[in-house]
Amino acid sequence: MNIPETLKYTKDHEWIKVEGTTVTIGITEFAQKELGDIVYVEIETEGEELASGDVFGTVEAVKTVSDLFMPLSGTVDEINEKLEGEPETVNSDPYGDGWMIKMTLSDASQLEGLLSAADYKDIIGE
Amino acid sequence: MNTELKTIALNDTHIKMGAKMVPFAGYNMPVRYTSDIEEHNTVRNGVGIFDVSHMGEFILEGPDALDLIQRVTSNDASKIVDNQAQYSCLPNEDGGVVDDLLVYRISESKYMLVVNASNIEKDWNWIAKYNTKNVPMTNISDDMSLFAVQGPKATAVLQKLTDTNLSDIKFYRFDHGTFAGAKEVILSATGYTGAGGFEIYVNNKEAQKVFDAIIEAGAEEGIKPIGLGARDTLRMEMGYCLYGNDIDDTTSPLEAGLGWITKFTKEFTNSDNIKKQKEAGTTKRLVAFKMVDKGIPRQGYEIQNEAGEVIGKVTSGTMSPTLGIGIGLGYIDKPFDKSETPIVIAIRNRVLKALVHKLPLV
Repeated sequence: MNIPETLKYTKDHEWIKVEGTTVTIGITEFAQKELGDIVYVEIETEGEELASGDVFGTVEAVKTVSDLFMPLSGTVDEINEKLEGEPETVNSDPYGDGWMIKMTLSDASQLEGLLSAADYKDIIGE
Repeated sequence: MNTELKTIALNDTHIKMGAKMVPFAGYNMPVRYTSDIEEHNTVRNGVGIFDVSHMGEFILEGPDALDLIQRVTSNDASKIVDNQAQYSCLPNEDGGVVDDLLVYRISESKYMLVVNASNIEKDWNWIAKYNTKNVPMTNISDDMSLFAVQGPKATAVLQKLTDTNLSDIKFYRFDHGTFAGAKEVILSATGYTGAGGFEIYVNNKEAQKVFDAIIEAGAEEGIKPIGLGARDTLRMEMGYCLYGNDIDDTTSPLEAGLGWITKFTKEFTNSDNIKKQKEAGTTKRLVAFKMVDKGIPRQGYEIQNEAGEVIGKVTSGTMSPTLGIGIGLGYIDKPFDKSETPIVIAIRNRVLKALVHKLPLV
């Protein structure tokens, strides 16, 4: 399974790409596989300041609805508008065009709590 | 109740074919092989094979078998002939439904009842309770596999494996004999997809042989294994009830739209009360609807009228792969149950427009 070494992860199966104080968030290859065909991504929190653990949106597969949780505290700067019309991009390119939000961290020290690719592999039993 | 997960005969075959296995009704079952949507479309447009061996089968035999079936089921089983199947339900004494089922007449003195996996024990005990004439009953569920070969190309694929002319087997009729070299196979022109095809009952000992033969015979038509995920979206597009979602121990068969399998030509469990309910009229009805706004209805969501009053509840919902929009089933208070009535579904923090729609949805 594809778990890029350059990214950070959470136990909620989200990936985090860190570029200075801007971070991009999406869901992992494992998560999209478990969910199956993603048919709807709803994120209506653009511009909001959210705390780690808050729900920033939902992702719906044919059979299930799952909340998306903020892995870190900060402000949602941008949402991936492409997902409104083409939610299946999350299945086909979860680490690329299937990204979900970009955010500005409230405090960079939070990054220390994230999982490495190796830690995440252990969690999903790879 | 036994909480240990049961496995179907071809468990390992499905894992090798890439299935994601999940616990369902006490069995480890293939829910998906590649993609729910792809699998759904394969059945609608071509042919797919489902392993639904979790389903339960009971044999009822002897001169009093029909009497017992008439006593416990709502449909009139005296109307079917040899090699004919009938959709029916087991009403309970409190106005609800113990299960829905298929009744197969193998001969005048031999019937097979096909029940939902989650209800095998409950149904067995329920029927046994009314078995005052000691009709011999055998639970063959653990010995039988069931493959549903469904889709417009299903008949062409299966025809390669038998000399019986399959086009002669009309809807809800079946044939009993040798198939793909296996003996005592039931080929039944039934299904839960609305796409046409057959359901094939075979002993576990011959299940692998029959499954492999169908996969091989269907290569040319592009046959694919299909999981329970697509089975659910296919049945929802047709508006077929799922026990546990749309009907249960508390739902009236009349309100569930099962009046057509509730026949007052004979006495059965709670028939007097159901008849009274029919005469008095019901206050709500299970209907299907299509979303107008973008959103996907799910079980438990509230249904409102345009004035915002609660008029019902969603019992099944999904994104329809055929239509590309949200669809659902739910109980709606009269008179809002009429086709084309604008309704509103409360989807989490939003209210979204939908329209009641006649069946099927596709």
